[in-house]
Amino acid sequence: MKLLLNLFFTFFKIGLFTFGGGYAMIPIIEQDCVEKKQWITHDDMLNLTVIAESTPGPIAINCATFVGYRQKGLIGSIVSTIGIILPSFIVIYFISIYLDNFLEITIIANAFKGIKIAVGVLILDVVINMISKMSKKPLSLIIMISSFLVMFLINIFAWNFSSVSLLIIAAAVNLVIFLVKENINSKGGAVK
Amino acid sequence: MILWELFLGFFEVGCFSFGGAYSSIPIIRDVVSAYGWLNDDMLTYMIAVSESTPGPIMVNLATYVGSTQAGWLGAIIATFAVVLPAFIIILTITVLLKNALKNKYIQAVLNGLVPCIIGIILATASFMVINNIISINADIFINMQAFVITVILFCICFTSRKLRKKSVSSIFLIIIAACLGILIF
Repeated sequence: MKLLLNLFFTFFKIGLFTFGGGYAMIPIIEQDCVEKKQWITHDDMLNLTVIAESTPGPIAINCATFVGYRQKGLIGSIVSTIGIILPSFIVIYFISIYLDNFLEITIIANAFKGIKIAVGVLILDVVINMISKMSKKPLSLIIMISSFLVMFLINIFAWNFSSVSLLIIAAAVNLVIFLVKENINSKGGAVK
Repeated sequence: MILWELFLGFFEVGCFSFGGAYSSIPIIRDVVSAYGWLNDDMLTYMIAVSESTPGPIMVNLATYVGSTQAGWLGAIIATFAVVLPAFIIILTITVLLKNALKNKYIQAVLNGLVPCIIGIILATASFMVINNIISINADIFINMQAFVITVILFCICFTSRKLRKKSVSSIFLIIIAACLGILIF
């Protein structure tokens, strides 16, 4: 019980003081969970970062679930995950109730016109960085460029086709091509 | 009904949001506009609010949309739905399949997903940038103020990458953009 409370309050604190989320959280989680409490090792933390990058969901949630499970099993992972999302839940819930028509003030509306531009630029900046790090195999490039074109057309013509279906198609195509290649290779091996 | 839609929509967001905060925005945008929960202006507003409040953006957006669409119960369900996929996947990997990510078939699926997500993010981001500058109604109209702000912000990003060898802080860029917006518009 004491450990559960400890998990809850540690992750509650991490959730409360990490603004914007994402990679900014990693050093704070490392400081608390690795150095102070020694709940996981430094190697665990590195592995976790890799896992978090290749699985969906915010890194903060991934870390909380992992550390919670290591310390106290399923119940530990639930308590830690609730702990880390509770602060933002409470804050946003009150904002959604009390802040309305904020955007009708001219100065604020203009500020948000500027911010809207910044959001587009920021996403573009992030994705250019992702492209420079991604694998440059021909198949990856083909998938990337074709999904770019399809998604761009969807945006322009406001087509009713969700990006999620696009993702599922891409995953399926890549898996099928992989299976076909594997099949050819194993047959080639048999002939030899 | 709306509760079920909230669950479904944010479960989708939770399943397909790889990478950091900004890379998940195109998927979120797609879902919230398909259900008609948020338009682009409100989404921008909420992204700025999320930046200045604690927690990951997608959790903040789920709470906000859930609460405005269906009260406190909606907020809880949407938040729960957006967190659930990550929770289940990490639990499965730590408990059952320690080497799942090294499995060649899972790798094949991931290797298909990643370039596709990059393509989607690139398309949405370029559309958002262009859409702010050029509006096509009866004729093509170029918004010069927006164009100037876009160029300034790109220069800031570019110099940060070249000189400081790291990407610009998102909060810093948003504050600059807000000031430019007040000054120029």
